[in-house]
Amino acid sequence: MDEKKKVILKLEHISQSYVVNSQVKDAVEDVSLEVYDNEFLVILGPGHCGKTVLMNIIAGLEKPVGGAVYLDGEQVEGSDKRIGMVFQSLALMPWKTVMANVEFGPEVAGVPKEERRKTAQKYIDLVGLKGFEKSYPHELSGGMKQRVGIARAYTNNPEILLMDEPFGQLDAQTRYAMEEEVLRIWEKEKRTIIFVTNNIEEAVYLGDRIVLLSNCPAKVKEIYDLKNLARPRNTTDPEFLRIRTEISDNTDLAL
Amino acid sequence: MSNTVNKDENKVRVEHLTKFFGDLHVLDDVSFNIKKGEFLCVVGPTGCGKTTFLNLLTRIYMPTKGELYIDNEPADPKKHNLAVVFQEPSSMPWLTVEQNLRFGMEIKHLPKHEIDKRVENIINLLGLQEFRNQYPHQLSISTAQRIIIGRAFAMQPDLLLMDEPYGQMDIKLRFYLEDEVIRLWREMGTTVVFITHNIEEAVYLAERVLILTNKPAKIKEEVKIDLPRPRDVSSPEFIEIRNHITDQIKWW
Repeated sequence: MDEKKKVILKLEHISQSYVVNSQVKDAVEDVSLEVYDNEFLVILGPGHCGKTVLMNIIAGLEKPVGGAVYLDGEQVEGSDKRIGMVFQSLALMPWKTVMANVEFGPEVAGVPKEERRKTAQKYIDLVGLKGFEKSYPHELSGGMKQRVGIARAYTNNPEILLMDEPFGQLDAQTRYAMEEEVLRIWEKEKRTIIFVTNNIEEAVYLGDRIVLLSNCPAKVKEIYDLKNLARPRNTTDPEFLRIRTEISDNTDLAL
Repeated sequence: MSNTVNKDENKVRVEHLTKFFGDLHVLDDVSFNIKKGEFLCVVGPTGCGKTTFLNLLTRIYMPTKGELYIDNEPADPKKHNLAVVFQEPSSMPWLTVEQNLRFGMEIKHLPKHEIDKRVENIINLLGLQEFRNQYPHQLSISTAQRIIIGRAFAMQPDLLLMDEPYGQMDIKLRFYLEDEVIRLWREMGTTVVFITHNIEEAVYLAERVLILTNKPAKIKEEVKIDLPRPRDVSSPEFIEIRNHITDQIKWW
């Protein structure tokens, strides 16, 4: 089965360090990873370092001190429109409507209005925000704002979607709702998704594979293949809970 | 200190609690009792009015109708000792850990030797000796929250209200902190109302769970939980209760 999987993204020996108070702090240490086409890959990190750095490096927002990222076999230099991002902080423009936020990418890229409206409307409908096109972000709930962020990322038609702890600020129930939503959207519009979280239950619910990172500096500690855990997954299924416990036992308690 | 409370005595009585904000009906005729030393969890769908419910219990809001009694008297924050723990740690940033722990008791003019005794007890129970002279900004979020919870227990409140104190913490940390709060509760015999969105957490902690309906919130069901502690979240009995409560409130 592995031979048939197409590798779309490759991280080779990625390392990142910063100088903090004139000392070198390692954030990411020698991370190598292959990401398959259209898979839902979860990067799970219990600690406070490395995850967002790794996302930023893949998105081309920062340059690693060591290693390289390859997309479709070519090295990624700087930001690339084939890689889209959904931020934890949303990064919506508060003075723009839902529609204007979602169509912003193609607008900047010079796509004619009619065409970009059509694409934007398609993804607004897909994330369940039909009827809210003219609303402003402050009129929406936390879950709805995240939907705008997801629609915006899809509208740019990326090959790879990076989601950096998008549901970190939501309550437990809204989080379940959004996890179901993101899977529903992914089933309809297959993309490669790299989803970062520190929540083990969320990781087991979503991932085809889970890459477990160690605490600072982030290294790949283990990769779990959950392809055989049938979807839709049930968070109280014994096998689900067994995997959750296994991963939890493999992480350090970060008090 | 041992837990010698009479478990059959009603500490808190909530009668016909109703709240309107203008036309918005948030809470609808909610009545229940809390026994002395009980650990009660309140769950409900997102946006059902859990926080309003809590704010009525703390007297931050006054009810439109109904009353809350503590030891058979209308609850009064000046007379009764109500402690609240919020989702975000609410320590005083200019005070050390130890000063934070003392703060509430000093306001209540407890004698110094009593404050000393309680602070030592809490610091020992939490294992926080090494942090006593540190300031909140030097602590992790979880440690800061442990201090706040310790401070609340040290007050030996008539009623301790906790509003989703472990909201965004992941299971490993959450189970650790939940075990710790159970240890404090058993040691101190405090009457606790714990509000959460997380059903697994409610089943892990509570002796009894109140399930609220959507707005206007009423009590939909009351579930007694007498599973032995520490509870096994993978056991069939635990999962059955968790699934049952989820079915009652599921909107997602």
